[in-house]
Amino acid sequence: MTFILFAEQVLNGLQLGVMLFLMAAGLTLVFGVMGLINLAHGSLFMVGAFAAAAVAGATGSFLLALAAALAAAAAAGAIVEVVVIRRLYNRDHLDQVLATFALILIFSEGTRFIFGSFPLFLDTPDWLSGPVTLPGGIQYPIYRLALIVVGLVVALGLYLLITRTRLGIQIRAGENDREMIAALGVDISKLYTIVFALGAALAGLAGALVGAIQSVEVGMGEPILILAFVVIVIGGIGSIRGALVGAILVGLTDTLGGLLLPSFFRTFMEASAASAVGSGLASMSIYILMAVVLMLRPTGLFGAKA
Amino acid sequence: MTLKSLAIAGAIAALGSAAWAEDVRIGMITTLSGGGAGLGIDVRDGFMLAIEQSGAENVEVIIEDDERAPEVAVRLSDEMIQADDVDIMTGIIWSNLAMAVVPSATAQGVFYISPNAGPSQLAGRGCHPLYFNVAWQNDALHEAAGAYANSAGYGNSFILAPNYPAGQDALTGYKRTYGGDLAGELFTDLGQTDYASEIAQIRASGADSVFFFLPGGMGIAFVKQYADSGVDLPLVGPAFSFDQGILQAVGADALGIVNTSQWNRDIDNATNAAFVESFVAAYDRLPSLYASQGFDAANLILSALESAHPDDEDAFRAALAAAEFDSTRGDFAFGSNQHPVQDIYVRRVIQEGDIFTNEIIGTALEDHGDVYAAECSY
Repeated sequence: MTFILFAEQVLNGLQLGVMLFLMAAGLTLVFGVMGLINLAHGSLFMVGAFAAAAVAGATGSFLLALAAALAAAAAAGAIVEVVVIRRLYNRDHLDQVLATFALILIFSEGTRFIFGSFPLFLDTPDWLSGPVTLPGGIQYPIYRLALIVVGLVVALGLYLLITRTRLGIQIRAGENDREMIAALGVDISKLYTIVFALGAALAGLAGALVGAIQSVEVGMGEPILILAFVVIVIGGIGSIRGALVGAILVGLTDTLGGLLLPSFFRTFMEASAASAVGSGLASMSIYILMAVVLMLRPTGLFGAKA
Repeated sequence: MTLKSLAIAGAIAALGSAAWAEDVRIGMITTLSGGGAGLGIDVRDGFMLAIEQSGAENVEVIIEDDERAPEVAVRLSDEMIQADDVDIMTGIIWSNLAMAVVPSATAQGVFYISPNAGPSQLAGRGCHPLYFNVAWQNDALHEAAGAYANSAGYGNSFILAPNYPAGQDALTGYKRTYGGDLAGELFTDLGQTDYASEIAQIRASGADSVFFFLPGGMGIAFVKQYADSGVDLPLVGPAFSFDQGILQAVGADALGIVNTSQWNRDIDNATNAAFVESFVAAYDRLPSLYASQGFDAANLILSALESAHPDDEDAFRAALAAAEFDSTRGDFAFGSNQHPVQDIYVRRVIQEGDIFTNEIIGTALEDHGDVYAAECSY
């Protein structure tokens, strides 16, 4: 294995990690502040991608498409919070899971109703297409570099929002003691709607950014939702910092596992068998990581003490 | 046969219509929601187009959605066989679902006509007198890709496919005909959407060509990411990543890519021309190879129904095996294991106005059957 291949895979792992972070941040915020398990988070990812594809198709502008993804996902999130989610805060987790699972079905079939069953076209803009050559001779798609930068900027923005603003203080207070901040005169239901819409917007942004290099189709949100849950379990439920560290750990484990395990088995097995065994084990690697983290720290890396 | 049914049969024959008197129930289980729904919808639309065009009034088609989940497909097939009493089943897209449904359906005496999935297990030792595949054995298009790679002079291919029965068949099929070396061989996850890691390995492998089997959305993601990566080795694949339903979502990144198919809309025969025209008129989109397979499956069934009813197992089976229907592919025949013997073409992705589509540039394999036929005995 060459240095270039390894470096490229590290970048790929980082890129996957920061996109997972955008998904996981909303999920962990909603769980931390409202105590709600939201399975429909993947649907908001899909809403963002479809909104971006529709606007990009109509206007040809990628930046407008991103804005549309943010707006559409935030609006969908706010509407869902007011209409459905609000009724679930005082119910147990099973009711929440059932109701948000129903939302997945409604979103999926609703999207199919509007856009049809065939995948939509959404491509990277011309000014972000093609590869660049990095120091060390690594050729890397410029769009993926841009994804890493955007993801890290969003992470920084979220950090500043949570630590330096009034809204951030309310969010942190909400995580600690819901009744008390309501008693202190904070409009808790408005806060919940804002947090939910913020999480939805981040998921929608991820959907639009990732949709440009993948296929925009119904059901695209569910596979990444599972990874996002793994991320917040590893990072510690409710912790934004945990979500960032967990996402990058999962991204790197997944990418490097897929590279290193098959070549490890190839040292003592026949090539095609090694590939099958290695690939199988690589797709388990993030779950093994999760199990190990949970054994050592049952509340996750940055989780509050139970 | 009673006097009454004789009379009805005589009356129908006199009208120049089909010769069977009893109703026939066809159960179609296919993927109509979730990822991969486009394939099932194309099969269904092609199938129903043929049924409507035939004007057959005593054929009833029951359509159900398997959601690409084997357990759902098994439940639906039990319902269809036990409650609806279907005579013929069809529709399944995915090989893992076919493996879950077909053996038990045929064991219960129901004919199964596959419009898509053709796993090697059902073509060889697991073949069954009541199982016909009207599309292809899974390996066929990949064998054609290997044959094309030889003729194009490729000598060091990197090959990848998802880790499920059809993916394993794909790599086996390519390696069977391909004569060069392998620069690398990878199994990806089924439903995987990010191929950055695989593309990095392709870049580092020193290959001179890439063979990939990634149907549906997986192919869209791979082709777009590959085009963006700056790796410019030639791509070869089966038609499943370049069918009419997904080409528009891939866009210009797919232009010029060579792929193999048993069907294309420019195959020159009257049946195909009429099929393409009527499909566009009925559904306002160009048909894909899946739609052609659905159309052919329905016409095969209808042609067999003209001479026998499925209740008369031997006669109906013989009528199916004769394959006396006008295929959109032109020449069509069944091999000894009731899988197609047909030409496989080489196509190239082109742009016509705003539409991305394929044109045939050659024939990879002529009158091609499959190697599993030798293992099949009834």
